[in-house]
Parts: sequence; structure tokens; C-alpha cells
Amino acid sequence: MDHHPSAETQRTLYPYVTGSSVVALKYKDGILMAADTGGSYGSTLRYKSIERMKPIGKHSLLGASGEISDFQEILRYLDELILYDNMWDDGNSLGPKEVHNYLTRIMYNRRNKFNPLWNSLILGGVKKGQKYLGMVSMIGVNFEDNHVATGLGNHLARPILRDEWHENLTFEEGVQLLEKCMRVLLYRDRSAVNKIQISKITEEGATVFPPFSLKTYWEFSAFKNPTVGAEGSW
Amino acid sequence: MDQKMDFNAPHSMGTTIIGVTYNGGVVLGADSRTSTGVYVANRASDKITKLTDNVYVCRSGSAADSQVVSDYVTYFLHQHTIQLGQPATVKVAANLVRLLSYNNKNLLETGLIVGGWDKYEGGQIFGVPLGGTIVQQPFAIGGSGSSYLYGFFDQAWKEGMTKDEAEDLVKKAVSLAIARDGASGGVVRTVIINSDGVTRNFYPGDQLPLWHEELEPHNSLLDILGAPEPMNI
Repeated sequence: MDHHPSAETQRTLYPYVTGSSVVALKYKDGILMAADTGGSYGSTLRYKSIERMKPIGKHSLLGASGEISDFQEILRYLDELILYDNMWDDGNSLGPKEVHNYLTRIMYNRRNKFNPLWNSLILGGVKKGQKYLGMVSMIGVNFEDNHVATGLGNHLARPILRDEWHENLTFEEGVQLLEKCMRVLLYRDRSAVNKIQISKITEEGATVFPPFSLKTYWEFSAFKNPTVGAEGSW
Repeated sequence: MDQKMDFNAPHSMGTTIIGVTYNGGVVLGADSRTSTGVYVANRASDKITKLTDNVYVCRSGSAADSQVVSDYVTYFLHQHTIQLGQPATVKVAANLVRLLSYNNKNLLETGLIVGGWDKYEGGQIFGVPLGGTIVQQPFAIGGSGSSYLYGFFDQAWKEGMTKDEAEDLVKKAVSLAIARDGASGGVVRTVIINSDGVTRNFYPGDQLPLWHEELEPHNSLLDILGAPEPMNI
């Protein structure tokens, strides 16, 4: 962590406290999203209780990986956005599609100024029965899909989701699928911590469930005796 | 080969800083070493700085950066207190620190721990590391010496400690970090903040426990030796 601070005001930065992958999928009633509660500081797993998923307004859920301070700033921007929306008092409220677009504009504009917000964001929600799930990266790349992930989740979780996701998953099926993805990330992502949160958003509203830990499996005989089949190896 | 002494290296407080909540308030602790490269510029610094009567901050990283951030926050909080008509809350103080840290992240290199007591939420500790993240924690550690304390706190920290247990924990932890971190040293200072007010304590080396391979200090070898040995020729 030996970076010398620069005197220039607007330059690409480096992240300090970072969150790891977020994974999300559409299910029967809305969106399910999962992330661990870790904040890494380089290679140190420094913070273990950071919430990286937050409800936005009435219809959306935002999950973020990357620099936590930038995520906290984005939450402030969104807070202001939702506040001004409520102040119109016109019975209308910003849906997930609108919030996703707002975020895309912010991220892309910062990228153009070479001063990005160092995050990958997942925005999911339901409004008037329409489910929406989108992603925005720190350079403004954005898209919608039935299942999305950030960071290493793209490499480890999405193949599982491509194989096992289908339309109209029940809540239980969706949670188990997310847990399967999070378990793989726990095994294979070195910045993952075993304290996970799952959140859901439906027409009724958003719920962020309390953190929990996943059981892991180590009982393969090949784990106990790795070199038994190959004398001389290690 | 002697190391070249760079007297123009920026003053950096290598540092070990700690903030711990207990039932009733908070205990803040720090070492007292400020280094300029390899030279110890100040061996008795005070890294626990007052922001308001009820909120203090532990400073680490660049001495200059942490001092200027503290000065601005003290200034803003003073005005805020006058306008509010009552003591500022710990949360407001921590958020002012965050704003400065975050908005100047390109220029600053300082990690801070804000701790205090207010009548609404009691004792609170907020960590504001490099980058300007703000994170409320039951305890926080920072500075270069904190690397040696993650395992220690994982094992020794308990919810609901008393004031004395909390202070003992902080003293022990800073002293352990000083033992292993070259950039931390000197004395251990603690500040206890609760509804009754603020108590500052000072613990020089001889009042701290000895760790592995450390020996009892003496004035001279001569005090240890008994009568002079007869010479064996």
C-alpha cells in the first residue's frame, strides 16, 4: 500500500478499501441479490461487517463491489435523487430502470474525466410487476440480464447461473442457487469472507436479510491425501 | 553500511492507534513515535487530538495531513456546536472527517479513528481509513502497528467490557504493537470518554508488561553484577 499522493486534482485513482463480488438473479417474485460483508484493504481482510447492498427508494436494490468510499458517495447521490423525486409529491416514483440509467450516466461521465468511481454496481428492482436487473461498471459499461455478477463472480458464478437459472425460480430455489455461487466464491476468491448477506426485492418492497455464514466441504479423500496417487509429487 | 538519513522525508507517524467501545463509553489509545525516515523526530507525540469536548480523534499516517484535517474538523465542529446549541454528536464529527478525507483522497495520506460519547447513542467508534470510507465499529485499529494486532483482537475482544477491562486491552495491544513495529514506539497514551467526561492517561515503558525476549530494564550492568569477580589469570 505504498502509494504517494499526487498533487494533481483529477486523475485515475487506486482503490483502498474494496468489496468483493456481488451476484444477482431474477426470480418469480422479483430480484434476489447476494454479497459478502467484507471490506479488504489490499490483501488484508480488514473489515468484516460492511453492508454492500442497500434499498433505493421503493422499487430498487443496489449492490456494489469495489471502493467502499465511492459506494458510500453513490448512496448519497441516490439519496438526494430519491428525495427530490419524493418532493414532487406527484404519486410517481423512480423505478429501477430510471435509477440504473442515472447511475450509468454518473459512472460514464466520471470515466470521461479520468476520475472514475471505482465500483461495479448491480441495480435490481420491480415496478408495476416488471422485473429489472442491470449492471454498470466503473467505465460505464452497462447492460441488463436475467442474472448478473461483478468481479470474480463473472468468472465463477455466471457459468453456474447460465446452467441452472430458469424463468420463475421460487424464492427457495433462488436462494439456494445464490448460495451455491457464493460458496464457490468463498472457495476460490481470496478476498471473500464467510459472512454473507442475501437481499430480495419484490413489488411489496425490499428486504436485506441478516448476515450468515456458509458451511464448507473439505472431506474429499484427495484433500486428506493429495499425493497418494502420485508418489514424488507435492 | 550506514543508512542515508533523509532529513527531508515527510514526518510520518508510523503509529499504532486503537479505539474501543465499552459499556458506557470509549477508550482511545496510541503510541507516541513520529518518524522522519529512520530518525525519530518526536518520541513523545500526542496522537490523540481533541475535536470537541466529547469527541477525540486518533491520527496515523502523514503527520501534516492528519493535523490539518483535525484542525479543519475542530474549526467546523466549533461553529456547528454554537449553531446547534448543544454538544456535537460523534456521528457528525466522524462524517466531517470523512468528507475531508474523501474529497481530498488524491492529496491526503492519513487514517483516522474518531471516538467519543454523546447523549443520543452513547460511546461510538468510527474508522476513517485511506480513501475516506466511514465505518462504525465496536473497536477499530489503525496505523502500521495495527498489522500485528488483527489476530490479537480477534481473540481478545469481547462485547460489554468494563472501563478498566477496555483500557487494559488497549494498553496491552499498543504495547504489543510497539514491540514488533519499528514505526511505533515511545509511551502509550489513552483517552477515556464517557458521560462523566474525559480522562487522559500516560503509560511509559516501565509501566507496561514485558513481552517475548524483552528484559527488565536496569540503570546499569553494574547493578546486576554482584561483587566484582576475582580475575582468573
